[in-house]
Amino acid sequence: MSAPVKQVHLAVHFPGVNNTTVWSDPAAGSHIEFSSFAHLARTAERAKFDFFFLAEGLRLREQRGRIHDLDVVGRPDTFTVLAALAAVTDRLGLAGTINSTFNEPFEVARQFASLDHLSEGRAAWNVVTSWDAFTGENFRRGGFLPQAERYERAREFLATAEELWDSWDDDAVEADPASGRFLRRPFPGTFEHHGPQFDIRGQFTVPRSPQGRPVIFQAGDSDEGREFAASSADAIFSRHSTLEAGQRFYADVKGRLARYGRTPDELKILPAATFALGDSEGDAQEQAALIRRQQVSGQTAILFLEHVWNRDLSDLDPDGPLPDFDPDVSAPSIIQGRANVSRDPLQTASEWRELAEAKQLSIRELMIEVTGRQSFVGTPAQVADQIDSFVQADAADGFILVPHVTPGGLDRFADEVVPLLQERGVFRADYSGPTLRDHLGLAPARRSTPGRRGGVPA
Amino acid sequence: MSVLDGFHVATALDGAGWHPAAWREAGARPAALFTPEYWTGLVGEAERGLLDFVTFDDALGLQSSRRGVADDRVDRVRGRLDAVLTAARVAPTSTGIGLVPVATTTHTEPFHASKAVATLDYISGGRAGVQARVSATALEAGQFGRRTVPDLRDDTGPGDATGPGDGQFVADLFDEAADFVEVMRRLWDSWEDGAEIRDVATGRFVDRDKLHPIDFEGRWFSVRGPSITPRPPQGQPVVAVLAHVPVAFRLAARCADVVFVTPRSAEDVGAVVSTVRAAERAVGRSGDPLRVFIDLMVFLDDEPGAAARRRHGLDDLDGRVHRSDAAIFTGTPHELTDLMTVWHRQGVTGFRLRPAVLPHDLEAVTRRLVPLLQDRGVFRTGYGDGTLRGRLGLARPANRYATAGPAL
Repeated sequence: MSAPVKQVHLAVHFPGVNNTTVWSDPAAGSHIEFSSFAHLARTAERAKFDFFFLAEGLRLREQRGRIHDLDVVGRPDTFTVLAALAAVTDRLGLAGTINSTFNEPFEVARQFASLDHLSEGRAAWNVVTSWDAFTGENFRRGGFLPQAERYERAREFLATAEELWDSWDDDAVEADPASGRFLRRPFPGTFEHHGPQFDIRGQFTVPRSPQGRPVIFQAGDSDEGREFAASSADAIFSRHSTLEAGQRFYADVKGRLARYGRTPDELKILPAATFALGDSEGDAQEQAALIRRQQVSGQTAILFLEHVWNRDLSDLDPDGPLPDFDPDVSAPSIIQGRANVSRDPLQTASEWRELAEAKQLSIRELMIEVTGRQSFVGTPAQVADQIDSFVQADAADGFILVPHVTPGGLDRFADEVVPLLQERGVFRADYSGPTLRDHLGLAPARRSTPGRRGGVPA
Repeated sequence: MSVLDGFHVATALDGAGWHPAAWREAGARPAALFTPEYWTGLVGEAERGLLDFVTFDDALGLQSSRRGVADDRVDRVRGRLDAVLTAARVAPTSTGIGLVPVATTTHTEPFHASKAVATLDYISGGRAGVQARVSATALEAGQFGRRTVPDLRDDTGPGDATGPGDGQFVADLFDEAADFVEVMRRLWDSWEDGAEIRDVATGRFVDRDKLHPIDFEGRWFSVRGPSITPRPPQGQPVVAVLAHVPVAFRLAARCADVVFVTPRSAEDVGAVVSTVRAAERAVGRSGDPLRVFIDLMVFLDDEPGAAARRRHGLDDLDGRVHRSDAAIFTGTPHELTDLMTVWHRQGVTGFRLRPAVLPHDLEAVTRRLVPLLQDRGVFRTGYGDGTLRGRLGLARPANRYATAGPAL
């Protein structure tokens, strides 16, 4: 008897505010109207996807002190859109990034518990922590968090939120008119947390939600990020989309679980992935090249070059050669509101010069070459095969697909690739349960603290 | 007929209704309070009655019979879902009614609140508002751990931030709320209309000259801006404030579009309206005057005497006579129509009815009261396709930054 075949998990990422999203395509719709979010979520649910994912950014990106205007700019509030999507879908998981730096655990725990009730058990939280004072300028506390403390903050934030979610017993609400007891015991939700980041006490206001707590995602790739995921997350949103890198990452992260008393099934590894589909392999390659050219306009190519050169290159011709002068490594970074892309600019510049020389590439052609290609390119059958192969080879448990066009960028994948995965028996033909934990094959959430039996708040 | 000549009727939703024993009445659905279909059902009912808008009550603290102190009662509703998320959850299931959740302005981030309400406005196609409320208790402050506040315990009445207390402390809370609303409003304007240009020739998605920092600096927070969310469909979603005391009237006059007031009798109505207008003058308000909605808790039954019997029955169940910050109306829909007609003449925009029991008293409003008002020709017979602002006679405002020169 053969071993049971490993099941693929699929999710969709609403196209983000970066150059992966092609807004210049005639098919590109609104990035802010709710109808776009509803279309993508309904498509994902029609295809039986695990979840819909919405990223967050809390300050508009700037370059050279001016708002970056070449990519999609502007997005809605994460919680509000996810709650509304719960009205237009029935089973699809609803995942969002929420920052743990510019929020407080009481409020975030309250919002996620509410979202989990309002979606009947479909909420997920991608826990991120930023430290930049630039984003902090939009918030009460400003840039208060040293970079070194960001995982300490995230860890304690999440632990505190879990204490709040666990503060109501499962059976706390009796709601029995005959006995006159709404509550089984007085003082529900009583909590007290004293730590370096948070010193809070009181009564949590939301009864325990259908999943107990939202599914927890983590997205950092550093050693600390991986450790945080191994200790606390249900899924990890990774960036390794080649087979070998994916397998190394997969083995590394799954190998860390045992020290927290967890099994490999308790943490799903879901890399972000892009795709280009065609009627033939040649057609798909052409589509892929066309999309890449749309994603990297001449202006965007110059901008990418500025990230590494760290100086104003707006006079350069994107169809001309790389500059013959070196990056400025002494000046402060010219980009704000996103992570810097290059850790060693001089080394990167030297590698790029060699590549451009060898292949005779212009600035724009080079940027198309060195920035990410689509993860999966081919006919629907080829793409289904690639996805399945990655999962069976333990390079991933599934993928978070990032369409390049809003809102119809997932339509063809849903209609043509998903049925092939279903035929192979590696992707669900229908949902087996109502909650996101069911879709991800996760056991019911364990309580971080024993159920409280009430107690007078101090 | 101008939009303000007729009656405006809104409803306030909270838990099982505004009487603490409401959840025990036949027809109540206490086990469904934390489910989405409970809220979509109530808002659908309010929308069938063509009500102006529905408010969703909320607070940062758990409900208690004692202000600022946890109580040990197990016979009353405890627990709430976040009001902004509840409003967002019902928005796609409704098409005409305004959606006004409570948002707390103390301890929370104006940047987050601004984009949440803007997003609610997008989702609802221009039907969003927000009721700003302060948090005054040490218990709620302790849940954030970011500031210490005086312990204003009051064992005599239900929790409300507008009760008596330390004057300067309360005045500061309301000043902070005014700053909070100012930041929300500036952020809503921080994108000019038409900032998104999608100019393929130059590769520019936005015209950054139409995006503006707000550079707000105040005692409690500084916010740089611009928002991450483009200007919402209404330009400025509707802001409401419930006012019982001078600091709250002043807050409403400074920054709200709608004020909820609580006169106790017909004689009180004129005085309350005068208080609102005096507050507007005192702060030098310009532009549209406040839309004044009278809060009334209602027990409604067709049969004379039935509403009073229900009220007494619920008081008996709860073990005490329920007192409300608002006047309590007990009677028939006909009697309420008469009362509203008399009160309305004294210069108010409309009424926010607080159903004592859900869904009973809401259905009495939508299915009994509303047809009576329609018969008298004082209430709409359809929504049309306007925004919540439009329904309240408020034009879509010009953008405060639109005439500013290039920024950033």
